[in-house]
Amino acid sequence: MYLYPKWIRVWHLINAAMFLILIVTGISMQYTDKENASYVVGFAKAVKWHNFAAIVLVLNYIFFVTGNLLTKNGRYYRIGRKDFMSDLGKQFKYYSVGMFKGEKHPFPVTEERKFNPLQKLTYILAMYVAVPLLIISGIGLLLPEITIKTFFGVSGLILTDILHITMGFFLSIFMIIHIYTCTLGAKPTSLFWGMISGYHREE
Amino acid sequence: MKLFVLRIISLFSIINLFSFSSAGSSLFKTENDKDHDTVSFVSRFDADNNRCFKCHGQEKYEYTNETLGRQVNAMMCSERIIHKNDFYSSNHKSFSCTDCHSEEYVKFPHSGELRMEQKYNCIDCHGGDEKFAKYHFEEIEADYHKSTHFKMEDEGFSCWKCHNPHTYKITVRNNSNLKETIAYDNAICLNCHSNFSHFQLLTDRKEISIIEKHDWLPNQTSHFANVRCIECHTQINNNIPISHLIKSKDQAVKLCNECHSKNSILMASLYKFESKEQRRDGFFNGIILNASYVIGANRNQYLNTLSLIIFVGVIVIIGIHIILRIRKNKQNY
Repeated sequence: MYLYPKWIRVWHLINAAMFLILIVTGISMQYTDKENASYVVGFAKAVKWHNFAAIVLVLNYIFFVTGNLLTKNGRYYRIGRKDFMSDLGKQFKYYSVGMFKGEKHPFPVTEERKFNPLQKLTYILAMYVAVPLLIISGIGLLLPEITIKTFFGVSGLILTDILHITMGFFLSIFMIIHIYTCTLGAKPTSLFWGMISGYHREE
Repeated sequence: MKLFVLRIISLFSIINLFSFSSAGSSLFKTENDKDHDTVSFVSRFDADNNRCFKCHGQEKYEYTNETLGRQVNAMMCSERIIHKNDFYSSNHKSFSCTDCHSEEYVKFPHSGELRMEQKYNCIDCHGGDEKFAKYHFEEIEADYHKSTHFKMEDEGFSCWKCHNPHTYKITVRNNSNLKETIAYDNAICLNCHSNFSHFQLLTDRKEISIIEKHDWLPNQTSHFANVRCIECHTQINNNIPISHLIKSKDQAVKLCNECHSKNSILMASLYKFESKEQRRDGFFNGIILNASYVIGANRNQYLNTLSLIIFVGVIVIIGIHIILRIRKNKQNY
C-alpha cells in the first residue's frame, strides 16, 4: 500500500537528520565542561551546527505544515472520533499485553488510517505542540535581545531556556520511542523500509 | 545579512556603553546637560577646589588678559576638563586638588613648568599603606608589570589610562546593578579600543576593528552587554579584587566552556563578589541568574536528575518490551 508520498519522505528524512544534529549539539552545549572540552562536540562547533540545523528544521517545519494544509495528509493529524480515549486504551493494551498474546492489531493501517490512536496523539503533541514551542523558545535563545527580560520576576531567558531544553528533551524521548515502535511492523525493518520506499507492508 | 544586522546592533551597544562615559568622564554632553550639582557629597575642600573647577570644570573658561587689558573667553583643552559631578562621585572625591597637584597651581596663569609635573601612579599612594593592604596593590602592580599594557609604558601607558584618578570609581563591589558595572568597566577599555584618537597615542596600528575581531563570538551583542572585556582578556588572580594582568590578544579566552560550564570562570571574575551564594533553586552558579543566564553554566540539578530518571525509565521499558517480544517469538517457533 503506497502510504508515504515523496514529499513526506523527504521532509521526514531532513527532519530526522536535523533532529539528530540538534540533540547531539544541544547536549554538547548543556553538558560540556572545561575538563571534557569536547563532551560530544566542542561548544563553539555545537553552537554553529545547532543554529544551522535549527534554521533548516524551521524551514522544513513550514514545509510540513504547508504540505499538510495543501494535501490530504493533514487529515491524519485530526482527532475526530468520540471514543478516541477508549481507542487509546485499546492501543496501549495491545502494545503492553495483547501483542504478546498474539492478538490482532486493533487499528491496522489503511489509507484512511495511517496512524493508530497512540501514534496520532503523540504525533499531534510532537508536531503541533512541542515543535512550535521548541522553535519559539529557540528563536528567543538565538536572539536574546528580543526575549522578554523578566516574566513575573523571573528572567525571561531562564524560562525560555527551560522551555527549550524541556521540549528538546521530550522530543528526544519521543524520537527514541518512535524509532523503537518502528520496529513493531511486519518485520523489525519493514516500517523503516516503508519510509524509504513509500510502501507500507501489511502485517 | 545577519552579520550586518549584528554589526549594527553591536555598534549601537558600543555607543550605548560609551554613554556610561569613559571611566566617568562625560563624552556626549549637550547644551542642556551642563554640570548641575547632582552629587550630594560635600567636600571640606569645596571652596578650594572650586577655584580649579571654575576653569577646569567646563569646556569654556574666561580670564583677564592683562597685556590686552580685556576679558578673554577660551576653550579648555579636553584632557584638562574635570567635571565636578564626576570628581565628587569618584573614589578620590574627598581630596583637595592640591593634595596631588602643586600648590603653585593656585596662581594664574600657571607656570609652564608645572605642566611637566610628574603624575602620581596608584602605587605611589596606595602601596605600602596598611589601610589599603587588603587590596594588595603591590600584587596588582606586579600583575600590571606582566600585562601587555605595561609594554606600552614608554609610549605613555600608565594606571591613568584606565583609572583616571579624577573620575574613576569602583563599581563592581559597590553597585548592585551588575549591568551598569559591566557597561562602566567596558567603557574603560573602549575609551581607547574603540576611540582612535586615544588609541593612536599608544600604538602605530592604523585601525581598531573590535567588532570584526570578535566576529567569531556568537551573540556578540549579548556578550558585550553581559560580561566585561576583562573576563576573557585577563589572567585571573584570586589574591586581588580585579585581575590586572591583561593578556595579549592571542592568549585571550576563546574556549566557550571557560564560561559556559559548571565551573565557569565567571564565578572567579564577574561574580566573584557575590559568589558566596553558589546555588539557587537547584541551578548551578545560581548567582549568575540574578543578572543573566549562561548556557552550560546554569544547569538545573533537579531537571538533570529528573531527565536522567525519565531517560533510564524509557530505556528500561523498551528493554522489557524487547525481551517479551523475543520470548514470544521463541514460543511461536
